[in-house]
Amino acid sequence: MRSLFTHSLTLRVLSFAIVFGIWEYLGRVPISPAFPTFLETMSALGSMIADGSMAAVYPATFQPLLIGLVISSILGIACGVFMGLNHKAEWFGAPVFIVLQSAPLAALIPLLTFAYGIGLTSKIITVCIMSVPVIVLNAYTAVRHTPVSMIEMGESYLGSRRQIIMKIIIPSASPVIYAGLRLGAAMGFIGAILAELLITPTGIGDLITYNQSIAEYEKMYAAIFSIMVFAVIFIEILERTEYLFFRPDKRVTQ
Amino acid sequence: MSNSSAAVSRAASSIAVEVEKVSKIYPGGVEALNDMTIQFPKGELTSLLGPSGCGKTTLLKIIAGLLPATSGRVTVNGVEVTGPGEERAFVFQDFALMPWATVLRNAAFGLELRGVAKSERHAIAEKYIEAVGLKGCEKLYPHELSGGMRQRVGLARALAVDAEVLLMDEPFSAVDEQTRRKFQEDLLDVIKHEGKTFIFVTHSIEEAVYVSHSIALLLPRPSRVSEIIRPDIDRDISPDAIRRDPVYLDIVERIWKGLRTYVE
Ligand SMILES: Nc1ncnc2c1ncn2[C@@H]1O[C@H](COP(=O)(O)OP(=O)(O)OP(=O)(O)O)[C@@H](O)[C@H]1O
Ligand SMILES: [Mg+2]
Repeated sequence: MRSLFTHSLTLRVLSFAIVFGIWEYLGRVPISPAFPTFLETMSALGSMIADGSMAAVYPATFQPLLIGLVISSILGIACGVFMGLNHKAEWFGAPVFIVLQSAPLAALIPLLTFAYGIGLTSKIITVCIMSVPVIVLNAYTAVRHTPVSMIEMGESYLGSRRQIIMKIIIPSASPVIYAGLRLGAAMGFIGAILAELLITPTGIGDLITYNQSIAEYEKMYAAIFSIMVFAVIFIEILERTEYLFFRPDKRVTQ
Repeated sequence: MSNSSAAVSRAASSIAVEVEKVSKIYPGGVEALNDMTIQFPKGELTSLLGPSGCGKTTLLKIIAGLLPATSGRVTVNGVEVTGPGEERAFVFQDFALMPWATVLRNAAFGLELRGVAKSERHAIAEKYIEAVGLKGCEKLYPHELSGGMRQRVGLARALAVDAEVLLMDEPFSAVDEQTRRKFQEDLLDVIKHEGKTFIFVTHSIEEAVYVSHSIALLLPRPSRVSEIIRPDIDRDISPDAIRRDPVYLDIVERIWKGLRTYVE
């Protein structure tokens, strides 16, 4: 187990090292004056953290992002599970989310700002539009694919509908539901940044646009890099909660 | 030696499960059972033996109340079956264990669904886990077990709810011949001590003859009972002696001949 763990850790470090190495190399070529090297970006990131400009903008980004993700998760899982359990809901709901998933967000944003203004609400909705479809569609597929014999088992041992849903269907679906949540969270991060770029420049989006406009490309990339780091950490935490609450068996195989 | 009439003439009170004129046509139009009538005596093990796809699982699920019959009726202790009931427990062909639950929780799951308190149901489950020979495996997850061990967890789960009637769908299919023999011997033990009614699906003629009080030979789809055989084997002799017993070998041979006409 121990050697496996170090092994997977080594591979991860190696994977990051290769990506950053290529980045550094392309930055030095240079492929564009607007593309800084990895090390320049890191030093910009360091100085932005040190002077507090990073910390100053994040609350503005995280507010719609976290609210949006919480709403999307609850709403998305509820809709998806319901659609998985109920054919009428499936026929009604599935097309809506499939269309929504492929809808070009940029085209919807003017509508949103028209209806909800340029404040927090529009940004939260942007996050939700990005993340809900993939959460719903995964949850729904997962529930649909619960092994039939597992449900028959629950019925034959006289489980109520509620018990079968809570004790069999949901745990059985949880890996795919969580896969949806992770994808949804990644989409939500993109949504939050897009909202800041396309609606009103606040938070990290503002930092990106501002530094781009004054040609401080290392800082712009540092801002982008920081949001990616947060996304990865967030998704990692999500994965841990799954093992903790639903699939203790997976922790054993780690 | 075919004495289906003897089985029929037994007093009604000693019949645990009665299947009367049951037919099953699946929604797609497949006719799995046609006018099947069969009785399962209390406290005995009856095997269902027949060609693959002849409707054995279908019959078992109808008796379990998991599947509605198209026509006919099934009664358990004289009460008509309309759904699953406390007096029946099912051992699934594919185990149907929950991969996210430990052996202990899986074995106790029937009791968990019935609302038995945790400490009580764990105590009961532990007893049956030991009975099926899995003591010490309580904290393992199904993916850490072999196929045969998983089957035994399914068996422990069925025994733990203390149902009168056990419906077993090829419960020993996932194990090698040696383990299988061990299970068969254990099963004979359980039959002797638990006094339950067993309905047992198997593909193995030897197994059926070895463990059963009576064997129902089923015709190919749409299935009916072609013959009921009661192997009158002296079960007090040792397992190895039984397997060399001429009566045992005769019956195996006869069933084999009977079934071969359908295979060809
Ligand atoms: N859900 C279903 N829908 C339609 N047809 C089905 C369904 N389940 C089973 N059948 C059909 O009914 C017939 C009997 O199936 P069943 O599973 O009862 O056979 P079996 O005797 O258990 O076979 P085996 O020994 O291979 O397990 C088969 O021909 C099968 O194709
Ligand atoms: Mg079968």
